[in-house]
Amino acid sequence: MADPRIPAPANVETTVLGADEIILNMGPQHPSTHGVLRVKLRLDGEKVVGSECVIGYLHRGVEKIAEHRTYTQFAPYVDRMDYVAAVSNGLGYCEAVEKLLGAEAPPRARVVRTILTELQRIASHLFWLGTHALDIGALTPLFYCLREREEILKIFEHYCGARLTTHAFRIGGLQYETYDGFERDVVQFCEPFDKRVDDYEALLTSNRIWLARTKGIGVLSAKDAIDYGASGPVIRGSGVKWDIRKAMPYAAYSDYEFEIPTGENGDTFDRYMVRLEEMRQSRKICLQAVAKIPAGPIMARIGKVLKPPPGEVYHAIEAPKGELGYYIVSDGTTQPYRVRIRPPSLINLEAFDKMVRGHLIADVVAIIGTLDIVLGEVDR
Amino acid sequence: MMHLLQTSLEALKPFLLPLIFAVTIVAVLPLIAGYIVLMERKVMAHMQVRLGPMRVGPHGLLQPIADAVKLLLKEDIIPESADRLVFWLAPLLTVTTAMLAMAALPFGPGFQIADLNIGLLFVVGISSMGIFGIVLGGWASNSHYSLLGALRSAAQLVSYETAGGMAIVGALLFAGTLSLRNIVEMQENLGVWFIFAAPVGFFIYLVASIAETNRAPFDMPEAESELVAGYMTEYSGFRWALYFLAEYTNVVVVASIATTLFLGGWLRPFPHTHALDFLDEFPAALMLGLAVYSLYRAPKQPVLIQKLVMVLVAGMFAAFAVILLAPMVATHVAGATSIAMMVASWKPALLGGFWFLLKIFLYIYLFMWLRFTFPRYRFDQLMRLGWQFLIPISIVNVMAIGLGLALHRVWGWPRGLALITTTLITLLIAAALAHTGEKKEGSEAMVGEFWGSGRDA
Repeated sequence: MADPRIPAPANVETTVLGADEIILNMGPQHPSTHGVLRVKLRLDGEKVVGSECVIGYLHRGVEKIAEHRTYTQFAPYVDRMDYVAAVSNGLGYCEAVEKLLGAEAPPRARVVRTILTELQRIASHLFWLGTHALDIGALTPLFYCLREREEILKIFEHYCGARLTTHAFRIGGLQYETYDGFERDVVQFCEPFDKRVDDYEALLTSNRIWLARTKGIGVLSAKDAIDYGASGPVIRGSGVKWDIRKAMPYAAYSDYEFEIPTGENGDTFDRYMVRLEEMRQSRKICLQAVAKIPAGPIMARIGKVLKPPPGEVYHAIEAPKGELGYYIVSDGTTQPYRVRIRPPSLINLEAFDKMVRGHLIADVVAIIGTLDIVLGEVDR
Repeated sequence: MMHLLQTSLEALKPFLLPLIFAVTIVAVLPLIAGYIVLMERKVMAHMQVRLGPMRVGPHGLLQPIADAVKLLLKEDIIPESADRLVFWLAPLLTVTTAMLAMAALPFGPGFQIADLNIGLLFVVGISSMGIFGIVLGGWASNSHYSLLGALRSAAQLVSYETAGGMAIVGALLFAGTLSLRNIVEMQENLGVWFIFAAPVGFFIYLVASIAETNRAPFDMPEAESELVAGYMTEYSGFRWALYFLAEYTNVVVVASIATTLFLGGWLRPFPHTHALDFLDEFPAALMLGLAVYSLYRAPKQPVLIQKLVMVLVAGMFAAFAVILLAPMVATHVAGATSIAMMVASWKPALLGGFWFLLKIFLYIYLFMWLRFTFPRYRFDQLMRLGWQFLIPISIVNVMAIGLGLALHRVWGWPRGLALITTTLITLLIAAALAHTGEKKEGSEAMVGEFWGSGRDA
């Protein structure tokens, strides 16, 4: 018996199937649903007439766990949400708790945070580019992208010992001082990186097949993007100039010059171009930041035991995938009363059905790819 | 005694040789297919800044054997809801037809199982029968992915057979025969490979042959990121290996047709230019070079067994070199004895075989290069490319070649001039077609149109 509290699925199985329609179950074990996303597709031939995302296969109750951990103890858990961009997750959480405490990280910590977060953005976009290209059938860019991502992961490893789930920051600043040669490594990565992006462009942007597979696919108008609450490259690809780094600057972003790239048509190609340009801009930010890292302490004086005053706070950062928000309610004890996380992947995925209708199966994987979802973050 | 052996061999030759060739092909082909896979993985790896298989044997040289053993030992699974008989039959059908097509291919002047007078027709016809195995296998699996893969495969093959067939007709106009052996001999007599006489035809055949063998960027039927594995989704173990074998056999078949028709078959470059006769020594020199290189690499292998395998590989190349060299030195060493004469008579066959295989592998390398460079076409785009561009161009190409031959034979134009003129005309028409096609593209409606019209019909 169906549970009456759960509404019936919206569009895939409720209406009777036509004689020439089939329902295709894509995932959770499918090579290109980027993890354990399950998509039910209602197909007419190969044309998609309806779709439904089934999520929750990677649900780990991260928000509930937060209620039984101290503020400090919970910090490593957020790394496991968007495991492709763990540093960004950590930054969002640390800044949210700092806001709750009324504390602020010292300038040196903020600059280092900015550098690491921007490197993480590049790494995340590189991983996206490689897998997205792989979904569309271009096998080779993946390995070039992973080669560059490896450089970034090496910097992380040198800095904090971990490559993937880094837990790089602490509430109030940084746990570790930067290692000797940190600046050199960052510059060494950033200097030639522009040319590397040009290489990817040479492989893809001017390729006829790539254009045919991405232009006009998964169009999301600016109005729809706003209505769905999309953020990050998805909303910027639709032509909305919305970037939290500019709109509500955090860390040290207000000190640096960078552009917010936007698209025009809101199709897969525009989102692709936006992300490529973002990588170039992130490189620019890194180079500016690493040129002058201020001296000084790396931790604010916040005490050993964190007991924020009762109250609530919402803090959002521009994660590689979009607006990553933390809403934390404190009851004055050492453990948060409630932590609600706004994952950009989940909100962006809401637009999936709208984007996918009328396209073919081959476009479905392109659209899943272009949304750049990470299931760890969708399900939490 | 020796005389008796020789006469009895002569008497048995008409029956014996085809049998030996057939057994050789059936026995060696899976191995060759395995090594083509290894080559593909190595080529892919080096294009993608990695090493590829390195563990099994030196530089992964024994990987194909390990893979084959693994596939043979796997559990044999037939899905519960599958149609058992058809499921069992389908891979056999595909692999049989693919291997049957090898029968008429001339690997060298003497190495051919059957020199059919309709050889080309036979090869093209038989190899397109393989689609039955794919469609039946996809249907019998009783899975949506398999079904969609099979559907795509059928539509794709039908579309591209047409274009590929017309491209072949272009070359046939020059040759005037369907016998594969005579086609090569014709290229020898005319002194030109047909790729230079009909470049557009070769290009069309190249594209069509990639699509026919379901390889990227036209690998729709098994597009792993969309349909998991297309028609072979439900297959595993040895049945899957049969499909795999059929796929690579088909690659060899289309490469052989392209080599025979357009690339001069077993002929070496410029067969009539005696200044280039030293090219006859090239095969032996290459093998010797490979042997020396393998020996040089042998001490650098990490494990003793790998060192031994490397020495073995060197020995194999050296043996090839000796075989290739034997006809040339036979008469010098042993004088004019009957054995020496016989060995010397192998020369054209051995060299022909070498050049033929070299051309096949270059063609396959081109396949791989394209595969690792391009993204995948979407199904409707593939169909549009086939029907709206390749097929019209292939028809224009046939007419233009006919016109060129008429100009040459009836009005007495020089052959080169006539063909260059008509090729230019074909290219102009192709450019015009591509231009109008591009204008039409980009409108969203195309997707709907394609499928809509299919449903109403």
